[in-house]
Amino acid sequence: MIHLQLKKNLSGADGPFTLEVDLAIAKGEFMALYGPSGAGKTSVLRMLAGFMRPDAGLIRVGNETWFQSSKGLYLPPQKRSIGMVFQAYSLFPNMSVYENLAFALPKGASTDSIRELLALIELEGLQDKRPHILSGGQKQRVALARAILRKPDILLLDEPLSALDTKMRGKLQDMLRTVHARYGMSTLLVSHDLLEVQRLASRMCLLEGGSIAYDGAPGDFHLG
Amino acid sequence: MSDLDLLPFYLSFKLAAYTTIGLFLLGLPLAYWLVFRPKRYKVLLESLIGLPLVLPPTVLGFYLLSLWSPEAWLGGFLAEYFHVHLLFTFPGLVIASMLYSLPFMLQPLQAGFRAFPETLVEAAYALGKSPWTTFWRVILPNSLPALLSAGMLTFAHTIGEFGVILMVGGSIPGETKVVAISIYDEVEALNYAAANRYAFILLVFSFLVLLTVYSLNYRHQKFLRLL
Repeated sequence: MIHLQLKKNLSGADGPFTLEVDLAIAKGEFMALYGPSGAGKTSVLRMLAGFMRPDAGLIRVGNETWFQSSKGLYLPPQKRSIGMVFQAYSLFPNMSVYENLAFALPKGASTDSIRELLALIELEGLQDKRPHILSGGQKQRVALARAILRKPDILLLDEPLSALDTKMRGKLQDMLRTVHARYGMSTLLVSHDLLEVQRLASRMCLLEGGSIAYDGAPGDFHLG
Repeated sequence: MSDLDLLPFYLSFKLAAYTTIGLFLLGLPLAYWLVFRPKRYKVLLESLIGLPLVLPPTVLGFYLLSLWSPEAWLGGFLAEYFHVHLLFTFPGLVIASMLYSLPFMLQPLQAGFRAFPETLVEAAYALGKSPWTTFWRVILPNSLPALLSAGMLTFAHTIGEFGVILMVGGSIPGETKVVAISIYDEVEALNYAAANRYAFILLVFSFLVLLTVYSLNYRHQKFLRLL
């Protein structure tokens, strides 16, 4: 179980607002954070990852406390068991596909999981290539594999498909579903694409003006 | 060409090499700290580091001369307790050159680090990598053009140094008489042919360095667009 109680003053396009979120994510749940841009979706993700410090609140993941403002507790991202996929791919340009994955493993860990994941993302043939020759879809598959290699407690996806064309997006969505079915890790997807949310997530939260305006099954949600 | 004394070239290159290596050791942590760990003193420190860009070299040379002379507290202290003499010696030239070329090392490094994609750093942190590992494995290997620019500019700038060296090093053959000083000495002695040869070699060298730095920068910008 992941508990999030976050409070943070942010500045949006229409001036400053307060982000206030109180959420519980069940183990293995695929949850989407949906909403207009500037609503604070990515901020929630970044606070969970440890890249942004909330003004107040609590983050508990399983038995671990990652953040607790009342005790002044704040774990840096390195100490949090997270996997993160960025919109901008963020593969290391100086490393091959294989080395990008190997970099994710702790020293001395078995490399069997690299081969397994390369097969899953169907990129075994390109493992010695540098990222800059890959297509956007291929890059994002490598980024996804890199993020789940350490078997994190939570997988964070920050608009991972929004830079891809429709066809690639469909393929990546299938892959995300496969990965989630196979590894079952709790997943938080940030997206402004309702169709994508409905295809992938089992639960969605609509974030509007800094607070959650809807929390339920994506299929039951209707715009307006 | 047979009468051309090559010792000043050897000295100039040795000085430039020592200065460049020393400034890499000093400049890499300093540039990292200035870009990634901004603190309140940042503006003050950057202004101090940038001083050699606007000050006449003789001003820096004059203060070093005043500090290092055996009558001054620092010069006296170094001489009495460590038997170290910095005035009119090669080690003194290296320290003076490092101060004088510091902005030429720092500015390309800072520009390179500032343009570095932040999500690459965050991607490494999210994989559990420490700032130290991230610096060596991710930031440095992907900043090679900035490192090369910084190194080449520092090297070339040290080769072209004159005022500071004249003030704190003088013109001791084999110790502090570098090429730029030799040109001055030859002109003083009305030996224009020798001065011309030294000057021409420096001119070609400096041009080649800048040509390399600029073409590297253009190529790197193209590379960044590919990412």
